[in-house]
Amino acid sequence: MILHTLIDYDVLRMIWWALLAILLIAFALTDGFDLGAAMLLPFVGRTDAERRVVINTVGPVWEGNQVWLILGGGAIFAAWPPLYAVSFSGFYLAMFAILFALILRPVGFKYRSKRESARWRTGWDWALFVGGLVPSLIFGVAVGNVLLGVPFRLDEDLRIFYEGGFFGLLSPFALLCGLVSVSMLCMHGAAWLVLKSRGPVAERSRTYGSAAALATLVLFALGGLLLWQGVDGYRITSAIDPAGPSNPLRKTAEIAAGAWFDNYRSHPWLAAAPAAGLAGAALTWIFLRWRKEGTALLTSSLSILGIIVTVGVTIFPFLLPSSIDPRASLTVWDASSSHQTLFIMLVAAVIFVPLVVAYTLWVYRVLWGKVDEASINEPGNHAY
Amino acid sequence: MDLDIVSLSRLQFALTALYHFLFVPLTLGLSVLIAIMETVYVMTGRKIWRQMTKFWGTLFGINFVLGVATGLVMEFQFGMNWSYYSHYVGDIFGAPLAVEGLMAFFLEATFVGLFFFGWNKLSRVGHLVATWCVALGSNFSALWILIANGWMQNPVGSAFNPQTMRMEITDFFAVITNPVAQAKFVHTVSAGYVTASVFVLGVSAWYLLKGRHLDVAKRSMTVAASFGLASALSVVVLGDESGYLSTEHQKMKLAAIEAMWETEPAPAPFTVIGIPDQQARETHYAVRIPAVMGLIGTRSLTTEIPGINTLVEHAKDRIRSGIVAFDALQRIRAAGSTAAAAEADRAAFEEHGSNLGYALLLKRYVDDPRQATPQQIDQAAEDTVPMVLPLFWAFRIMVALGFFFIVLMATFFVLSARRRLDAHRWLLKLAVYAIPLPWIAAELGWFVAEFGRQPWIIEGVLPTAAAVSDLGAGTVLATILGFTALYTVLFIIEMGLMLRAIRKGVEPDLDPEVSLIAPRVSQRLTAQE
Repeated sequence: MILHTLIDYDVLRMIWWALLAILLIAFALTDGFDLGAAMLLPFVGRTDAERRVVINTVGPVWEGNQVWLILGGGAIFAAWPPLYAVSFSGFYLAMFAILFALILRPVGFKYRSKRESARWRTGWDWALFVGGLVPSLIFGVAVGNVLLGVPFRLDEDLRIFYEGGFFGLLSPFALLCGLVSVSMLCMHGAAWLVLKSRGPVAERSRTYGSAAALATLVLFALGGLLLWQGVDGYRITSAIDPAGPSNPLRKTAEIAAGAWFDNYRSHPWLAAAPAAGLAGAALTWIFLRWRKEGTALLTSSLSILGIIVTVGVTIFPFLLPSSIDPRASLTVWDASSSHQTLFIMLVAAVIFVPLVVAYTLWVYRVLWGKVDEASINEPGNHAY
Repeated sequence: MDLDIVSLSRLQFALTALYHFLFVPLTLGLSVLIAIMETVYVMTGRKIWRQMTKFWGTLFGINFVLGVATGLVMEFQFGMNWSYYSHYVGDIFGAPLAVEGLMAFFLEATFVGLFFFGWNKLSRVGHLVATWCVALGSNFSALWILIANGWMQNPVGSAFNPQTMRMEITDFFAVITNPVAQAKFVHTVSAGYVTASVFVLGVSAWYLLKGRHLDVAKRSMTVAASFGLASALSVVVLGDESGYLSTEHQKMKLAAIEAMWETEPAPAPFTVIGIPDQQARETHYAVRIPAVMGLIGTRSLTTEIPGINTLVEHAKDRIRSGIVAFDALQRIRAAGSTAAAAEADRAAFEEHGSNLGYALLLKRYVDDPRQATPQQIDQAAEDTVPMVLPLFWAFRIMVALGFFFIVLMATFFVLSARRRLDAHRWLLKLAVYAIPLPWIAAELGWFVAEFGRQPWIIEGVLPTAAAVSDLGAGTVLATILGFTALYTVLFIIEMGLMLRAIRKGVEPDLDPEVSLIAPRVSQRLTAQE
């Protein structure tokens, strides 16, 4: 097969970097409101009926939304195998906590309403709360650690050695990133609930959503400030061969103050990304107060998009910098799959992603409309 | 087995995979059975078929959700516990996993929501399409994961790249059309169909015994018995195909399953039962049928099937060849790139590269395989023999169950055709007690396939021991305990809800018998009146 030479290796790597961002954004935008709604569940729903309304707004769609996460995992494995290998084994216990929480979530959605007992249902409510909070928090903490650099090294056989523990992940800056993630997904979940429900659930969601939008605005700005003042960045110090073999040890790199702002210095227009993150959160606050519910969901999506893109362009071309051996850092140019695999996966993505988006939109259209206590009690609706 | 990191990582993978596989076969089969029932409903317009769809759909949902939840762990733990594996073969193994997400998971997960929530929102045909998408999605998912697994058993279409120190794809088409993967796919989905058929048959038999839901139960049994009979036949035929293919690709696995210590003159006899003794290299109390093994394994009367002792000798040769490859590889890497390496080294790697994995078997005994003593080479060759006794018996129990399912399904198929499903109470009881058996067969099948591949994680390419992450044993032990605790609780809850839903039974359908007009249209008509 020589078909893959139609697209240059470096171009394919750029495309897959962009596709990775798109997958993560799609996950945050869709499953993000499921996670947010789960975190808000015990607070915006006070009675059992209200909580069922919350659960049923995401009931038919959370399963499909979660696939963006699974696909994200699969795509990292296929397109960026070293990133998959280093990050998942390095963040081992954090990953375990995420999986533990994510296992609770589907079960909570599905099993909660199978029995009448109040204790049973309250138990699952808190399981869902944990299933929303823990992944949201840890994803953010993980991003914080990526910005700080992760203590791993590679030997000559590219065997991975990780020299840090679980508690090492919990630095103040990383925790702040975790809080940005939590508040951002709460904002998004609240905006979704305002759009999809009525009455007290929608009212409370409006209140919590406004608070979360403000928190997102403040915490994200604070994170940027800390990154500027207190966090060292990484920089490649050897010549770069963007089409070279995927072996991180062929380059050298250094830790340098201010290096995370290199890309903004050379391309000032990239500042549009953090600006979108901030503006989206501010607008969400405004639109929630003005009761423009549809618009609020769009602006909270804009904020999430801005925040994730900010992280991506800040560390570019790095994917995962190593704090103990910077030359082992994984970058876009030396941590991808082979030329041929990237090409084949691109073909698969070009065929299937539009198809997936099309039928997902169709399903959302079928399910269009608000959920309330009357609709979940309709016979034959099989609501949760 | 002591508690080293390799054993612990294997234990965790086995635990999570076997647990995940409690839910997968039923999802595979029940999704298709439900789609068949709903198709009958849409074609005939008789609402009893809708009731059946909804009832089995409820049980499907309780099972499906745990398949989804435990599947998350499967997707991530390659990177968590098997990081060198992920690096070494991610270029090939990752692709089918990603395509599985794109092509299969989205389809089933997106439409499963509509299956449960869409009854009042879709036309009858629209809902039927959603149901078939769920069935199609789960079956596609089996296809891609078995393409990935098939490559672990028979690593085609790939080559080692010295510059990136990993296997890279050379022929994606060969990976997809891998004959081992194709045989495994049909064998596995058929096993899923049998599982669901036995489940539907058993639960329905229980209703007949209790005198409840007779209409729903009899119709369900008819569907299950016909579908189950075809599937049970297919499992055995395709299982045979898998066996034939392992004669070509995984000779050691086949020899271990059959406890064939020596190469027998063709056609080899088949050992029905016996007690394999790994130390003494013989099978005690063996009962043999002449010629059968040779016929199954080679489909000829003259081809020999190599025995374990012969294969160990072959392994020694391959290890020695692997050391040559390893040596050449070190020189090629020292030269900086393949192009810059000396001609002799390139030629040596070209010739012996396919045995590189065999040199890695020595890593257990010596850091640099080139320094290995002849004793160490012998030891490493001995390591290529998996544990025979558990494989021998796991395989025999699985096959016996496979034949039992054929008989069971054929019996109920005949009873159904003669409209005498409730004629024999003992047969109904047998069907109820048979419910757990397909799960036992399926888990044993996983065990034979994966335990029989040891000591390799990728047959002939990468030893399992070399593939693990650099984690503390305590860390992995902690997650094993965590998963075990969570999985146990969830299993108890799941079983409780299943039994509850079965006891509660089929919900009455209060709607009038539907007309053949789509619900939306008929609602609109009613509104206009």
